Amino acid sequence: MSIWEYANPKKFIATTGPALPWLFGAAGLCLSVGLIWGFFFTPDDFRQGSTVKIIYLHVPSAFMAINIWIMMLVTSLIWLIRRHHVSALAARAAAPIGIVMTMIALWTGAIWGEPMWGTWWVWDPRLTSFLILFLFYLGYVALWEAIEDPDTAADLTSVLCIVGSVFALLSRYAVLFWNQGLHQGASLSLDAEENVHDVFWYPLLVCLAGFVLLFVALVLLRTHTEIRLRRMRALEIRAARARA
Amino acid sequence: MMVDLGEYSRYVLGAYGVSLLLLGWIVWVSFRRAAKVRKALEEVEGRDG
Repeated sequence: MSIWEYANPKKFIATTGPALPWLFGAAGLCLSVGLIWGFFFTPDDFRQGSTVKIIYLHVPSAFMAINIWIMMLVTSLIWLIRRHHVSALAARAAAPIGIVMTMIALWTGAIWGEPMWGTWWVWDPRLTSFLILFLFYLGYVALWEAIEDPDTAADLTSVLCIVGSVFALLSRYAVLFWNQGLHQGASLSLDAEENVHDVFWYPLLVCLAGFVLLFVALVLLRTHTEIRLRRMRALEIRAARARA
Repeated sequence: MMVDLGEYSRYVLGAYGVSLLLLGWIVWVSFRRAAKVRKALEEVEGRDG
């Protein structure tokens, strides 16, 4: 059996549909446990005070904002190469979730920066590339809405997605490329030495799992909706032609 | 159970409040749209046989 069989919209909905309640349940559980643990049961940082609690929202949302765009890049490439509609619709379904994640990352970053850096915003390489990524998300959604023919829209938005990937990667690695700016290095790393202290790290991992699960659940639900919308339009066009 | 957030309470609560609101909004909008489209598709399929 090939993975491409799941590109059949009917099979995709039939296979992923039963997993949705479990995914939403697991996401809710992880988010509740992680956020309650982080907010109520972790100590203040000796330098940052209670603002360290913002880490449980800021880091997972920033992680998701970048990786959702990477997921959109992969599905857009699948669309461009193999012309599977489900992949194009999955990219479209993911974009609004990416916007929300980017908004949360920008908002929590600004609100964390004010007491720590003394400013809400600074034109730091990482912050600037993140803002540009946010604008790319908005442009991506606007482009889908602006073009009537769905295949043309999928083609053009895929190209936009490839271009925007530069900023998705920049917002991740800007700190390494330009050794300047206020934003510190990565909080999430496979190198234990670079990570935050264990007392913050474990609840952060649970929150991260919650954000990932919530995204998977939402993107599946929204892809189902896009597939149904596309089928509805096809049926309406067929009915209109039959009447004519 | 109350946590003493000290002088930064408005920042922390502001971050949590807005973020949870945005997460709740995207979940609600996604479910509402899913239900609306599913119902509309059923109507079209029923009409067309």
